[in-house]
Amino acid sequence: MAQSRPRPPLPYNMREVVQPGDAACPGCPIPMAWKVLSAVFGEKMILVIPASCSSVVVGAYPGNSLKASVVHVAFASAAAVASGIREALRMRGINDVQVIAWAGDGGTADIGMASLSGAAERNHDIIYIMYDNEAYMNTGIQRSSSTPLGAWTTTTPIIGKTEHKKDVARIMIAHGVPYVATASVAYPHDLYAKLQRARRIRGFKFIHLHAPCPVGWRFDPRYTVRVAKLAIETGMWILYEYYDGKIRLSGPSRPYMDPSRRKPIEEYLKMQGRFKKITPEKIEEIKKYVEQNWDWIKRHM
Amino acid sequence: MVEETLLKKKNIKPLTGNYAVAYAAKMARVQVVAAYPITPQTSIIEKLAEFIESGQLEATMIRVESEHSALAATFGAALAGARAFTATSSQGLLYMHEWVHWTSRARIPVVMAIVTRALAPPWNIWPDHMDFYDQRDAGWVMGFGMDNQEVFDLVLQAFKISEDPRVYLPVMVGLEGFILGHTTMPVELPEQELVDEWLGPRRQGFVVDGSQPLAHGNLAWPEDTEEMFMDIQKALMAAKRVIREVDREYGELFGRSYGGLVQCIHCSDAKYIAASMGAWSGDLMEAVEKLREEGYPVGVLRFRYIRPFPGEEVAEMIGGVRGAIVFDRGISFGSMGPLYMETVAHLSRHQKKIPAIQNIVAGVGGVNIEWTDFYRLVKEFIETLEAGREPETFKWYHKPRR
Repeated sequence: MAQSRPRPPLPYNMREVVQPGDAACPGCPIPMAWKVLSAVFGEKMILVIPASCSSVVVGAYPGNSLKASVVHVAFASAAAVASGIREALRMRGINDVQVIAWAGDGGTADIGMASLSGAAERNHDIIYIMYDNEAYMNTGIQRSSSTPLGAWTTTTPIIGKTEHKKDVARIMIAHGVPYVATASVAYPHDLYAKLQRARRIRGFKFIHLHAPCPVGWRFDPRYTVRVAKLAIETGMWILYEYYDGKIRLSGPSRPYMDPSRRKPIEEYLKMQGRFKKITPEKIEEIKKYVEQNWDWIKRHM
Repeated sequence: MVEETLLKKKNIKPLTGNYAVAYAAKMARVQVVAAYPITPQTSIIEKLAEFIESGQLEATMIRVESEHSALAATFGAALAGARAFTATSSQGLLYMHEWVHWTSRARIPVVMAIVTRALAPPWNIWPDHMDFYDQRDAGWVMGFGMDNQEVFDLVLQAFKISEDPRVYLPVMVGLEGFILGHTTMPVELPEQELVDEWLGPRRQGFVVDGSQPLAHGNLAWPEDTEEMFMDIQKALMAAKRVIREVDREYGELFGRSYGGLVQCIHCSDAKYIAASMGAWSGDLMEAVEKLREEGYPVGVLRFRYIRPFPGEEVAEMIGGVRGAIVFDRGISFGSMGPLYMETVAHLSRHQKKIPAIQNIVAGVGGVNIEWTDFYRLVKEFIETLEAGREPETFKWYHKPRR
């Protein structure tokens, strides 16, 4: 049964925590998402950030654009450090501070996978957010395991990526953690509601956040939200929550369970320079992949 | 009967080196232990798990999926205000090496035991010092024990040193696998109340616990970065004084002082010095006793800490002698033994006349070196000098498998 969720107004304190003057590129999805985080947790969050664009976006010492706690850590270690912080806070009786591992797709799906898996299996009471810009953007657009099929990157410069995107949310569901969700920077209310639910659940929470990068995906910085929305409207990215053993499709994705209501995938691809040279065969493969994803969702609802 | 009463009164327990480490961490009241099993370290965390699960130690254990995460989680816990501890060996230490640097550069007090073991390939579980040596440039205080009692004392003192505001750096304590790690010796445990009073509550330079917004590790410009690293050097130099103070203070309270950064036996009237680190120093001391009986004026300088390097002590003890022989249980491939290289460098730094000095690399891969080997090597060195000949500067002393 589809559940209706009232659209909570986003509180106005977002600019108090996410301050102007960060080092993000124009159109960067990272501060957009941080504003939603700050709406939920305010200053009472500790972001554990491994090597990634976010390591730069917060700003250079002695400046800092976030009025919350930030701990920069070695690339593979976001989940491990977050585990340690959480356990120390628990031992010290501090329970009103949210520990959040905030890592990119490389720091999550690739180099950080082992520590993520370990922390999830141990079920530490933290929120892990994988902000997925689908390549190593901070080092200059190299392929990650989360890069979609056919995408140009500087390490797939001529033929594009030859494998599909790694589905990390599904890997996390397989860990049996109490909460897994997908989200998108184009739907802040949806992300807000998911963070609110996550904060009420004890144990390991994982949120896979789709975050289009204008620089790496080759689109005009003004279109970050438009591209992110198209990912949903074409069915390329599906918003859902998983808890109590079931998938629950989120509001923005609900209409697109019906394939006839989806926009053509080409609309999403053609907005992005990284798919400029994609072959028709690969587009067909992507379409099949999207269908398989929807089938999987339907089977687990 | 009398002896038994004495044992009871002094609370002497028969402990392996690994258990001595675990007892020291327990008596320091660590709050978070994050660790991953590896031979020959494993029995430390097994013992700590037992302490925690039986309620003897109020702490949480994070049973991580790798050593890289072990030190990462230990760091996280320490950063957030808990007294935290981990232990590892060999490959595990190399796997966490990124975090060895990260923890010290972050100036987070943490204590880690290193139960040394040869590095692979080939697979080998016997001890040498090369895993420990490999961490020299990381900015940790690095101590190394000779017997289980000293290992216990070093680990307990490591918390005190690490959390001293003049230091605020992590401390690692080395002990050889099996030779100390799995060998039972009597260890005197101090009274918990006295330890609590002496060690006090957790101290650190800053805490990230959400009580106020605090960013740590932000991208910094070269000049700021260099200043932070210069502070680490300063803190390690200050740690020399702290180590000496703690050693003295510990002696007054608990009855055991070792001499600070080095231990010296028969040094005051020695014309020759034999230097070493770790458990095999016991064998060296035995050899030196025998040589003394035979009239050779030789003493032993045992390195208890190699970071900070005891340059002043080395200059004082070795600066005026006729000859020194430095034993290294490891080598910097393509060069020489680290203890030797640093000894020579610090003699030069303190503008001391560098005596005839020989480096013996031995015991690598766990090859057993006995007191008779030390006896022969030291005697040969002295006799060569006394005969007016130049001893070899470097020798890899190897004993083939029988």
